[in-house]
Amino acid sequence: MSLNIKETIDGSFQLVGADFTHAGEASTQLKQKLAELGVPDGIVRRVAIATFEAEMNAIIYAAAGWLHYCITPQSITIQVVDMGPGIENIELAMQEGYSTAPDWAREMGWGAGMGLPNMKRNSDIFKIDSVVGEGTTVEMIINFP
Amino acid sequence: MNLSEIIKILEATVIVQPDTEDFNIQRACSADLMSDVLYYHAPDSLLITGLTQLSVIRTAEIVGIRAIAFVFNKTPDAQIIEFAQKKKIPLLSTRFCMYTAAGKLYEAGLTGC
Repeated sequence: MSLNIKETIDGSFQLVGADFTHAGEASTQLKQKLAELGVPDGIVRRVAIATFEAEMNAIIYAAAGWLHYCITPQSITIQVVDMGPGIENIELAMQEGYSTAPDWAREMGWGAGMGLPNMKRNSDIFKIDSVVGEGTTVEMIINFP
Repeated sequence: MNLSEIIKILEATVIVQPDTEDFNIQRACSADLMSDVLYYHAPDSLLITGLTQLSVIRTAEIVGIRAIAFVFNKTPDAQIIEFAQKKKIPLLSTRFCMYTAAGKLYEAGLTGC
């Protein structure tokens, strides 16, 4: 199946903190959309993993957030903006295995300390900006072949 | 390896049936932390886990894991079972611990991700 993206497609999902019933729905819907547009499986999977990790971070750490996406014939840009506590030390948070997840999140299978590394690993361009007390913004760009 | 062989090796109870008899699993991974699964997985694989939360089914769907085996006879809640049915992800429950379940499958030729 060849890429069927003629023009820019963008959209947003609202993320609600601690809403684990719907956690992952935004990433799943985006995954389906990309598959329908003919994006190759491997790239769809990279987008899905990066988006899912970012979505889960917003749901675990923040009261609320937004996931914006913009699909062009060349790439997808995903931006996840949350109104969480912010990250004090981004360098430390980027280390594999480092986590500040609360116990209740660990009991649900989160807090491996692989979230941010997984986002970076699956993105062609990864940017993170955080202000303590205000929130965190993650931007990920994944190129199409 | 066919899922029916995995069910036999793990002496597993089937919680959600596969939608086809020709249900093949290429590899397997075992983890309780979902970001570990998101880091280390392969499509068309089996996930062996002790976690029975909704996040397990979501993670499987995101990365294309085909089936899930819960260890220690664990069974998820009805709502999670229903979600797995909807997503067509077969669920198994085995009495074995994660180490033994993984070892038995590896010995039978199912390699890691």
